[in-house]
Amino acid sequence: MKKKLLNGPYLAWMLLFAIAPLFIVVWYALTAEIGGERSFSLANLQRVFEPIYLRVIWHSLKLAVISTFLCFLLGYPAALILASRPFRRRTILVVLIVLPMWMNFLARTYAWLSLLEKNGVINSVLAFLGLPALNILYTDAAVVLGMVYNFLPFMILPIYSVLYKIDHSQIEAAQDLGATPLITFQRVIFPQSLAGALSGVVMVFMPAMTTFVISRLLGGGQYTLIGNLIEQQFLTTYDWGFGSALSLFLMALLIVMGGLLMRSRGDNEGGLW
Amino acid sequence: MKKNSVSAKSWVFGALFLACALLLAGCGGGGAETIIVYNWGDYIDQSVLRDFEQESGVKVIYEEFDTNESMYAKIKAGGTAYDVAIPSDYMIKRMIDEGGLEKINMDNVPNFSLIENRFKSLYYDPLDEYSVPYFWGTVGILYNKTMVDDPVDSWAILWDEKYAKEIFMLDSQRDSIGITLKLLGYSLNSRDEMELEAAKAKLIEQMPLVQAYVGDEVKDKMIAGEGALAVVWSGDALNMMQENEDLDFALPREGTNIWTDSMVIPATSGHKEAAEKFINFMCRTDIAARNCDYINYSTPQTEVLQALPEEVKTDVRFYPGANDLAQSEFFEDLAAMLPVYDRIWTEVKSAYH
Repeated sequence: MKKKLLNGPYLAWMLLFAIAPLFIVVWYALTAEIGGERSFSLANLQRVFEPIYLRVIWHSLKLAVISTFLCFLLGYPAALILASRPFRRRTILVVLIVLPMWMNFLARTYAWLSLLEKNGVINSVLAFLGLPALNILYTDAAVVLGMVYNFLPFMILPIYSVLYKIDHSQIEAAQDLGATPLITFQRVIFPQSLAGALSGVVMVFMPAMTTFVISRLLGGGQYTLIGNLIEQQFLTTYDWGFGSALSLFLMALLIVMGGLLMRSRGDNEGGLW
Repeated sequence: MKKNSVSAKSWVFGALFLACALLLAGCGGGGAETIIVYNWGDYIDQSVLRDFEQESGVKVIYEEFDTNESMYAKIKAGGTAYDVAIPSDYMIKRMIDEGGLEKINMDNVPNFSLIENRFKSLYYDPLDEYSVPYFWGTVGILYNKTMVDDPVDSWAILWDEKYAKEIFMLDSQRDSIGITLKLLGYSLNSRDEMELEAAKAKLIEQMPLVQAYVGDEVKDKMIAGEGALAVVWSGDALNMMQENEDLDFALPREGTNIWTDSMVIPATSGHKEAAEKFINFMCRTDIAARNCDYINYSTPQTEVLQALPEEVKTDVRFYPGANDLAQSEFFEDLAAMLPVYDRIWTEVKSAYH
């Protein structure tokens, strides 16, 4: 009964701000304006599969996968270190990881703009040390850097939250039974952290796949990623039908990829779904 | 029964919650009449708004946009009933055509007479019924004199390999395709498929030379000497030149885009008279002069222009005469052609991936 009482607002919220917009997106995607009236049409969806747009989607996918992989590579050890610290220091570290997120995402991305530029902070320091300049602004590398920087906490935190719940006596038992640190990690720690790792992967992959601000600012507008393409349809071209079709395709892609990831896990604990 | 009443309560909660959200969204502060003004970012001396409030007793809620397109999308989506907006020429045309604008009662805007004649009766509002010019300008090339030793008088310099990776283009379909069409000797309002294909090929050819396609960031970049050449709006150029003495501005001989930003009253406005009062106030010479001084864009106000220093008002870079602009054009509203422009732009941007 208590539960029901609490459900109401959420239900209303979801209906208004998730379900209804979703239906609007589907409606726009599946209709086209012919002679002043919108009627059913698959033209918008068909257009998504034209080579030029598939190329944009492929490029977005590539950057998102690279960013997610790098986040995992950096985030997993960070979570391990975090989970192994004594309580007080751990809290400080967690705060340090979360701290940048208190600042506006856009402001932080703008900051990279002046850090990375030709006569920017990083190159001034490199020049002072007699090292060659780093010119990565407005390249794929800068976009990936921006994504990894912005989304890394989303990888670290879920992994950390499962790692630190692992019963330490299991690790001691493995060591008592003669397992090397590597075997302990492989057979005891890693399998138990999988749920968190998958949550992290999904939570990084989704924003990386849909971003349009990072690619515009750090990519110098030379990258039409799928996020930019969708934004363009709504704000410049007013082709809501095609914009919705692209969004729908993107949602389907994310659901399929998320589903595959989750299925590969087998169990159902600590995850996002 | 009990169960029912509980769940009914939960719906009341939900409704209350929503009501609060809607109230917050539509809140206007009761009492005095309030108008909502929608302007470009950093495009007014904000102290002017305070003076208007004190003089007229009308409260002003001030909001900003960054492109004509996003302004149009937001007004069209409804939600906020803007009373005054300041779009550019081609967008005004579109809004008039779609019935999105209210006719302004010019009896309530006597200061309209202060507007220079050449900015009256423009193509988008031939009878001056819907719009009152606020500022005007052109698009040209800003360049760093320490990095560019060729004369800058043609768009072609943006295709010069000597300046590879030193060029900033605008991240805007209309402007970038427009200047390319101009370079090729076509109209920047071209609807001809062959001409547009040629422009696309030209833009793809240029892409490896471009450091980035930028928006407002171009200001920081050019002031910091991060590039040699950039396509910018004339008003912004003057501001950047004041920050960095190495910068100069030129209007290419092939002609360029000339534009006006004008005050209009969206049809959704519920405070037409207060909006007219505001527009008239903005056209008063002392107020327009303060805005001009702050923004540095070219003013269409005769008295404000007269009061400017001689070297400013005769500077053809920022106050070009009709002769200097013979090759230049306003943007027309290309509504039906937009998907074509969008496609060209997407093809250009994804040409090398």
